[in-house]
Amino acid sequence: MLSFIARRLGLLIPTFFGITLLTFALIRLIPGDPVEVMMGERRVDPEMHAQAMERLGLNKPLPVQYLDYVGKLAHGDLGESLRTRESVWTEFLTLFPATLELALAALLFAGVIGLLAGVIAALKRGSLFDHGVMGISLAGYSMPIFWWGLILIMFFSVSLGWTPVSGRIDLLYDIEPKTGFMLIDTLLSDEEGAFKDAVMHLILPAIVLGTIPLAVIARMTRSSMLEVLREDYIRTARAKGLSPARVVFVHGLRNALIPVLTVFGLQVGTLLAGAVLTETIFSWPGIGKWLIEAIGARDYPVVQNGILLIACLVILVNFVVDILYGLANPRIRHQR
Amino acid sequence: MSLLQINNLNVRFGDANAVPVVDGLDLVVDAGEILAIVGESGSGKSVTMMALMGLIDAPGRITADALNFDGTDMLKLSGRQRRKVVGKDIAMVFQDPMTALNPSYTVGFQIEEVLRQHLGLKGKAARQRALELLKKVEIPAAESRLDAYPHQLSGGMSQRVAIAMAIAGEPKLLIADEPTTALDVTIQAQIMELLVNLQKERNMALILITHDLAVVAETARRVCVMYAGQAVEVGQVPELFDVPAHPYSEALLAAIPEHSIGAERLATLPGIVPGRYDRPVGCLLSPRCPYVQDNCRNQRPSLDPKAHSLVRCFYPLNQEVA
Amino acid sequence: MTSPIAKPVAPASPVDHSLLYPSPYKEFWQAFARNKGAVMGLAFMCLVVFCALFAPWVAPHDPSEQYRDFLLTPPVWLEGGTWQFILGTDELGRDLLSRLIQGARLSLLIGLSSVVMSLIPGILLGLLAGFFPQILGPSIMRLMDVMLALPSLLLAVAIVAILGPGLINTVIAIAIVSLPSYVRLTRAAVMGELNRDYVTAARLAGAGLPRLMFVTVLPNCMAPLIVQATLSFSSAILDAAALGFLGLGVQPPTPEWGTMLASARDYIERAWWVVSLPGITILLSVLAINLMGDGLRDALDPKLKNAA
Repeated sequence: MLSFIARRLGLLIPTFFGITLLTFALIRLIPGDPVEVMMGERRVDPEMHAQAMERLGLNKPLPVQYLDYVGKLAHGDLGESLRTRESVWTEFLTLFPATLELALAALLFAGVIGLLAGVIAALKRGSLFDHGVMGISLAGYSMPIFWWGLILIMFFSVSLGWTPVSGRIDLLYDIEPKTGFMLIDTLLSDEEGAFKDAVMHLILPAIVLGTIPLAVIARMTRSSMLEVLREDYIRTARAKGLSPARVVFVHGLRNALIPVLTVFGLQVGTLLAGAVLTETIFSWPGIGKWLIEAIGARDYPVVQNGILLIACLVILVNFVVDILYGLANPRIRHQR
Repeated sequence: MSLLQINNLNVRFGDANAVPVVDGLDLVVDAGEILAIVGESGSGKSVTMMALMGLIDAPGRITADALNFDGTDMLKLSGRQRRKVVGKDIAMVFQDPMTALNPSYTVGFQIEEVLRQHLGLKGKAARQRALELLKKVEIPAAESRLDAYPHQLSGGMSQRVAIAMAIAGEPKLLIADEPTTALDVTIQAQIMELLVNLQKERNMALILITHDLAVVAETARRVCVMYAGQAVEVGQVPELFDVPAHPYSEALLAAIPEHSIGAERLATLPGIVPGRYDRPVGCLLSPRCPYVQDNCRNQRPSLDPKAHSLVRCFYPLNQEVA
Repeated sequence: MTSPIAKPVAPASPVDHSLLYPSPYKEFWQAFARNKGAVMGLAFMCLVVFCALFAPWVAPHDPSEQYRDFLLTPPVWLEGGTWQFILGTDELGRDLLSRLIQGARLSLLIGLSSVVMSLIPGILLGLLAGFFPQILGPSIMRLMDVMLALPSLLLAVAIVAILGPGLINTVIAIAIVSLPSYVRLTRAAVMGELNRDYVTAARLAGAGLPRLMFVTVLPNCMAPLIVQATLSFSSAILDAAALGFLGLGVQPPTPEWGTMLASARDYIERAWWVVSLPGITILLSVLAINLMGDGLRDALDPKLKNAA
């Protein structure tokens, strides 16, 4: 098992460097003069231009610039936002919990319902429920989620008035951001009804964001379950006189979940991509919205290092999922 | 009274007109005896036992005049009632041990499950008993094997574990469905010896499903020959081998390679087992039988007691021999 | 005496047509047609393609013409609707149906060009990676891993951020983002085929590298690639719509379906059709392509089938 972890870790390092190279290249590829781009002005005074080039280190050869960049990263210096002058790292840390909360809620929604639907569809294969689940999940990953969000808002917020239209919490409440997780912070504060309000704000975005993962997880669980239920050891379990529930959930599900776990992990990428869209629609103050606004405003330090951070996040989660998969699958666990 | 009594068992996959996989099977097994069921692949031997265990799912349908085990009518049992019997009083060991065990749980867990379910043993007591069972099935270093995973065991050891799981409930009847087919030849003998010893010790009835006639000759007391879903001959072991009454039994014995030493070709019956669309009106063997007469093609013989055995044939062989 | 009536003699053994092998295309079509969903998907896509090809003649109005007197007209089946604008008009009085039809053109164009632009380099890189597994292969794969580390939409967003918004840049961004999957697939398929005897036989017969790559091995790797191409097509439509929605892709007033949704946001309360209809079109098109893709996969290679 240790060698498995070591190997996975080993693959991580070059990928990480590859990402830094990619983000470095991205910014250098922007057409136009870099100083003008950075300053957001045209026709910079030549002397100021030379000074800026000097300061930004732009007259050094590219490989040196890259090393400078990596060096800064190693020190945790990710630059400053051109708009707010805040450190990119600080902004990221402030906004990240919002996205995390949303993503976890979405994953919870997708995981619980997806697993359940997939298992039941497999048990009742060929039934109306089964076809329904398959149909709905196909529709789920065929639809543009930003449109889905708009439809849900139109229906639940505007027509029915059940949920709010945007944001994390009503402006009436003044919640101290102790953890950054609105659900926890509202519980900790003594404002009445704040928690419920936070939950109401979270529901629609979580459903929207979780729709595609739900579809994928349901499908995957169903097909994995169907395969497992055909295996010989299920027949043995039944021959032992075990109850049907035990056969399905203890013997079947345990093995069926192993491939589903990898799918869970892959959904992180989908979640982050979806977060960008979901946060835009619901004005959810997370890193997705932050990134899009930065792009629109040509806030390049944020764009560059924001992308870097997000990519690192995805790699990290994939790494953790890989390890979890190795733990779950006894054959890999015992590899030398 | 017999331990197991099966009368006119029919198993079909599909509606009432579908071709039966098991066709009017009668079988009797007494407590403590070893019965072998032999036949080709597709003769219905495994399906019969799976029907008894309640392992046949829709679209399979089971009908029988009687399916009695130890005085209980298995057909009338609810799912829950059946699960009290299956795994405890009747247990089954399957053909491929490498896939019969759940790869995600330890050996100990899988044995203790049976103990918990049927004997109410938990915790230390269960673990202790599981250890005893492993020792009983002659697994070396049993203590460490309790926490092993199936992929860490060889074929022979996995089958021993499967046997341990089967006898954990102290069954009155153990069904072994081709338990050695998937194993190496050297291990085959060991496993068969183990099964026979366990049977003797516990006075279990043992139903051995196999297509290996040598094993039958060595271990069983009675043998049932199946063909195309029917029992065609049921007899005592030495007699059936010496004086087979049904033409199919004779053909089976003749087909053993050792019986053809010196011949140019192996002895076979021409033709194949009837399938879905060519089931004969008369005797199921009639298209292939070397002794076929006209009325064989039109009527189905019933399983009747003849000179040495129960035979399903209008013109059984070797009847004159004492 | 009765005269024998001459009966035509039946041929001794009539030709059993079921024994004649159907051509590969016919076989494929039979397998494909068994999947009802796939056939429906195909039918819908034919409709979309038709609209795209003949947009100027099929659309009742000019998509950019603004009818000042008919702002936000509802669709014909609602009160206030008119047959002149079957699906209603948007906030600038433009006919929604015509814009949707024009949008079909754009979406198909984006899908097709991005698939072609990424398929060709993708296959080439995959072939190279498979045929040169010592150094070139791993380097290419590492590069692909890096590209895959970012979720595809984010990478597309980043690329468009660099290049600037617009139709062409959208196509380029989507093409770049789809590249890694083709490379991976091709490489995996190639490495699987390279072990086979027919490749060894071709090598022994003196086939040069280009011939080995393109004539011997590649045709046998096409099945998963075709399936992936269909799925990429549908992702391309979704990603283009997403970029349009974010204001980073096709810019208004060009009637790309996603871009139409961006400006429709403000009209959720007043004119739900401006919001729903473009989205439904996207949904139906992507659904149709996905159904076709499923059908293709089942028909082309039963081993790829999900446990059905």
